[in-house]
Amino acid sequence: MNDITQTLARVLPSRNTLWMLVFFAGLFALAYGFYVATQQANYIWHWNRIPRYFYYTDTIKVRTEIAGKVASITHKSGDAVVIVEGDGASEFYTVPGANLRVGENETLYMGDVIGTYDKGSLGLMAQGMLITIEISIIAIIFGIVLGLFTGLARISTNPCFKWTAITYIEIIRGSPLLVQILIWYYVIGTLVNNLLVTSGLPQIPEMWFGIASLSIFAGAYVAEIVRAGIQSIHKGQSEAARSLGMTKSMAMRKIILPQAFRRILPPLAGQFISLIKDSSLLGVIAIRELTKATREAVTTSLMPYELYFVCGLMYLVVTFALSMFVQYLEKRSVE
Amino acid sequence: MIDVKNVFKTFFVPHEVQALHNVSYHVNSGEVVVVIGPSGSGKSTFLRCLNRLERAERGQIMIDGTDVLDPRTDINKVRMEVGMVFQSFNLFPHLTVLENVTVGQTSVRKRGKHESIENAMTLLNKVGIHEKAGNYPSQLSGGQQQRVAIARALAMDPKVMLFDEPTSALDPEMVGEVLEVMKTLAREGMTMVVVTHEMGFAREVADHVVFMDEGKIVEVGPPEHFFTNPTHDRTKLFLSQIL
Repeated sequence: MNDITQTLARVLPSRNTLWMLVFFAGLFALAYGFYVATQQANYIWHWNRIPRYFYYTDTIKVRTEIAGKVASITHKSGDAVVIVEGDGASEFYTVPGANLRVGENETLYMGDVIGTYDKGSLGLMAQGMLITIEISIIAIIFGIVLGLFTGLARISTNPCFKWTAITYIEIIRGSPLLVQILIWYYVIGTLVNNLLVTSGLPQIPEMWFGIASLSIFAGAYVAEIVRAGIQSIHKGQSEAARSLGMTKSMAMRKIILPQAFRRILPPLAGQFISLIKDSSLLGVIAIRELTKATREAVTTSLMPYELYFVCGLMYLVVTFALSMFVQYLEKRSVE
Repeated sequence: MIDVKNVFKTFFVPHEVQALHNVSYHVNSGEVVVVIGPSGSGKSTFLRCLNRLERAERGQIMIDGTDVLDPRTDINKVRMEVGMVFQSFNLFPHLTVLENVTVGQTSVRKRGKHESIENAMTLLNKVGIHEKAGNYPSQLSGGQQQRVAIARALAMDPKVMLFDEPTSALDPEMVGEVLEVMKTLAREGMTMVVVTHEMGFAREVADHVVFMDEGKIVEVGPPEHFFTNPTHDRTKLFLSQIL
């Protein structure tokens, strides 16, 4: 009897294994169900067309701008330099890769193709991705600085600093980010650019109003995280520092903030992951970040399913990389 | 060295308590004073008022000729001369033992790095934990941490050392090592004010024992008199409860 139960225990999957199987079965069922649904809707998948939204090559044609004769062709480190002479004028054209369509002494008319070469470019979504990353990095840096000072002002005993911080935090946290972005662009942006134009200065591009809205939004949340982090450090730490004769700011810099930093890293990471995702709203003020770029790609290609999936995946890649980086920082600072 | 005159201190949070009520006392240079009393008697508050961690609301506190309560006094100058050791050690957990002892020297005393480290190693040697200089406080036992805290305070070359129940948070077997360091300090002539429940230490080391209750100094005397023949009934009751 005992033998049988032991054999059964070995053959049958354990309770955990069983539930893992249930998980994967559920996942598969979901994916399959979705696939069947798209089949019903007669959607034709074109995953092979996705890469061109990241990188594509174009064939560029080099044309002559004057009529005349090919005077000489010289090869320089893989490129060909073609000199065209005619009617007392002379022009030279460089064709990379030396894929020529003309020979020496050939007669050319204006607009004739001298040669072609392939040029690789970043696709729409890759460009959007870069803009998203650029905006996020700048906004995170400003957000940290702003949040740090606001957090310190928030716990200051100076009423002016304290009330300024509270007012800022409450206004920003109490209104939707989308509305703030619109205000930054349509209200503050117009006012600032009007002023700049009337004083003869160049205008500020919309991207900077987008960055401002994101930084100021993140700064308010970072301030609260910083405040909570500082207040979580035991009072005895600042007492010990002050009893050594340290000034308030010295104790803050040398004793409190380094300890608070470790505690605020995880919530800070969460905040910045939110910021990266929130940058998708900047499309409304004509910043061509990843989501806006995807929407443009969808309008021209009519491949919404693939493109939106890829778009979401790209955000996942960036946020995952950020959270890995923060985990690394955390590990390093614990040592 | 320390002169306290008619000091009052009231706490309003969480409820109104008269922590110090007309306290006056004088400590000479080189004296060791042990303050005892039941919990809530104001002995810790008294100690914390001396370096203005708590600000007394009335009275006068002079430390080495400087008026602590005068708003024009640079309190950080006073605190440089007054070392403090806490019940819960309050070592800086993000710094190594050595850095704990050097951070005050370099940032407050403005000493060079080399000199600070040399000084710190001498002091860590004195309290018997120089071999742990590179460790973090969390890797040390309670007794070792408290000895580092003493070295940290001594590194500022203070004229006075304040001890706020330095052995109360320790396991019993570690009390001895901390008291031993304090005894050495006392023998070297350091001016010390010690709040403690260690009656053996008071008997052996104190020049004067101060008994406080309900924010007042009830009785002061040399230890032999204090422990064998106390005058006040309140003192007698307290001693009978703890001895």
